[in-house]
Amino acid sequence: MTLKGIPGAPGIGIGTAQVLKKELDIPRFAVEDSKEELDRFYKALDQSKQQVSQLLERASKNGNKDVADIMQAHLMMLDDPEFLAKVKESIENEKLNAEFAVWSVGQEYIQFFEQMTDEYLKARAADLKDITERIIRNLTGTLLDLSQLPQNTVLVARDLAPSDTAQIDREHVVGLVTDEGGPTSHVAIMARSFQIPAVVGTKNATGEIKNGDLLVVDGNEGIVEVNPAEDSLKNYEQKQLQWKKEQSDLGELITVPSVTKDGAQVKLEANIGRPEEVEIALKFGAEGVGLFRTEFLFMDRNTLPSEEEQFEAYKKALEGMRGQVVTIRTLDIGGDKDLPYLGLQRENNPFLGWRAIRYCLDRRDVLKTQLRAILRASVYGKAAVMFPMISSVEEVVKAKEVLEEAKAELREEGQPFDEHVKVGIMVEIPSAAVAADLLAPEVDFFSIGTNDLTQYTLAVDRDNEKVREYYNPLHPAVLRLIKRVIDVGNAFGKEVAMCGELAGDDKATEILLGLGLQVFSMTPSSIPRVKKVVLSTNNEEAQAIAKKAAALA
Amino acid sequence: MEAQHVETEVILTNPTGLHARPASLLVQTAAKFKSNITLEKEGRSVSAKSIMGVLSLGADKGSRIKISVEGEDAEEALKALLDLIHDNFGEVES
Repeated sequence: MTLKGIPGAPGIGIGTAQVLKKELDIPRFAVEDSKEELDRFYKALDQSKQQVSQLLERASKNGNKDVADIMQAHLMMLDDPEFLAKVKESIENEKLNAEFAVWSVGQEYIQFFEQMTDEYLKARAADLKDITERIIRNLTGTLLDLSQLPQNTVLVARDLAPSDTAQIDREHVVGLVTDEGGPTSHVAIMARSFQIPAVVGTKNATGEIKNGDLLVVDGNEGIVEVNPAEDSLKNYEQKQLQWKKEQSDLGELITVPSVTKDGAQVKLEANIGRPEEVEIALKFGAEGVGLFRTEFLFMDRNTLPSEEEQFEAYKKALEGMRGQVVTIRTLDIGGDKDLPYLGLQRENNPFLGWRAIRYCLDRRDVLKTQLRAILRASVYGKAAVMFPMISSVEEVVKAKEVLEEAKAELREEGQPFDEHVKVGIMVEIPSAAVAADLLAPEVDFFSIGTNDLTQYTLAVDRDNEKVREYYNPLHPAVLRLIKRVIDVGNAFGKEVAMCGELAGDDKATEILLGLGLQVFSMTPSSIPRVKKVVLSTNNEEAQAIAKKAAALA
Repeated sequence: MEAQHVETEVILTNPTGLHARPASLLVQTAAKFKSNITLEKEGRSVSAKSIMGVLSLGADKGSRIKISVEGEDAEEALKALLDLIHDNFGEVES
C-alpha cells in the first residue's frame, strides 16, 4: 500500500510503525470485586510513579530544571494522600472502575483549580490533567512514552504538538508520518530541524497503518510505503544510502564561508523555535538567528508565561549563540490557533484577523512583558527585536512606544539592558512591501516573510490543497515586491533579510541573490544546501536570471 | 503515647504565600509526622499532607491560616510547621 502526503522533512526513513492514538478513552464499567479494582489502581499508580521518577532523573541529568521541577510536582501529586483516599473511596463505595474513579476525582480538582484567579494555581490544572491521564493510560495500557520508543521507530500520529516533538528521542525515531499538517506546520519544521524524514498531510495514515507495519517514509517525495515488496524496499535502501552520502558531502560545506564566485559575502542565518535549537543552528554553520519564534512559550498551557520564564528562554538562546545576533520575533499568534487563555476566538478569516502585532497592541501588557524579558536578556548577547504583521507605519510607532515604556521601566528599576537593541519588522503584508519607503525610517532592518507575503499577494491559503497549485512564492508579483523591499532597504541603508521558507529553498537561491538579497535565514538543516548554490553563483548571471524570473527583463 | 490536640492561627508573611516551593516544603514537613494535620482558611479545611489540598487553599501573603494537629507527635509537628512559616520558608524578601 502506498500513501500520498506532503513532503515534511527530506530524507528516507525505514522502520517499524508506532501509531500514536491521542484521544483518551475513559472506559466505564460496573465493578464486582472492588478489592481487585483497587489492586489495579495501585499497580497503575506505581507504574506512573516509576515513569515520572525516570523522567525526573533524566531531566536532572540533562540540566533541564524546568522539566525537573514539573516532574517533582507530579511525583508529589501522585503521592497525595487526599487524592488517593478519594479515588479509593470512589472505587469501594461507589463501585466505580479505577479509570473512571481517577478521572472523576481528577476532574473535581481540575475544575477547582481552573476557577482560581491566581495564574500559578490555574496552571496546576494542567499538571493534574497530565497525571490523571498518565494513570488512566497505564490502566488501559495505552501509554506511549515518546522518549522511550524502540530503535528504528516510525511515529504515526494525527498531529504532533510541540510538547510531543520535544520528547522525541532523535536517535530512535527514523521517520514521522502525520494525518494533518502542511509543509510549514510545526511537525514539519521540527522534523527538518531534527533531520528526521517526515511526510505530513496524509489524511488518514493513523487509520491505514497498524502498529508493527514496516514503513518507508520518503520525505523527498511525500510518500509512505506500507509493508513494501522486497524489490521496492531494496530500491529505497539504495536511495537512502545515496541520500546519506549527499548529506555528508554537504556536511563538508559547513565550515566554508558563504561567498559567491565573484566574492560577494552572503550571510546565512537560522530560524529557530526553541532556545535549544541554537545548538543545531551552530552545527549547520549559521551566522546568527534571523528568526526566533517565541510562540512555543505560549503554547500548550493555560496561562501567560511570566517575564522570568521568557527571560530565561531568551537568555539561553543569546548565550548559546555566543555573540552572534538573535532576532527575537514578538508573539505571532492569531485566530487559527486555539489558545482560549489569550482571549482569542475562532474567526472566519483568521489570517486577516486579530493576530500578531494587532493582538499585542490591544494587549499592551502582554507585549510589554515580552519586551521587558527580551531587553533584560539583551545583556547576554546580541539581541534584536522584530515585530510581525506590520501593515503600516502607525503599528511600528505604537509598538516602539511600548518598547520605550519597557526601557523606561527597566531604567527606573536599575535593571541593565542593551540600549542599542536593533528594532525591525517582518515584511509579510503586501502593503508593507509597497510602502517600504515609508517604513524604512522607523526601523533598523526588514525581514521578508515569504510565506504570508505570497499568500496575501496571491490570495491563496497555502494549507488549502484545492488551491495549493496557486501558491507560488516565485510568482513575478511576489518577486517584484521582494525586489522593492531590497531596493528600499539599500537606499535607506537598512539591512534586508528573508526568513520565510523561500530563503531555505535552494532552487530559489540564485534568483534571490540576483534580486540583491544578502541575508538568508532558514531551517538550520537547509543552510549547507543553500550555501552550495551561493558558492557556485556569479552575481551578474544571477541578476539576469532574477530579472527574467520577475519578468522585468 | 497519649494523643494530643493543639491548634494555632498564623498569618503568612512570605512573599509567595502557599505556592510552589513553600507549599511543597510544608507538605514534606507535615508528612514526616504521624499526627493528622489540617489547615483551615476562611472556613475551608484541607489536609496539610495533601499538596493538592494545600495549593487549593490559594493562600497568599497576608492570609490567615488555622493549623490544627491531632496525634501523638502533635506538639512537635506544630513546632516544625511554625518554624517553617516564621522562617518565611527560607524565602528572601525582594
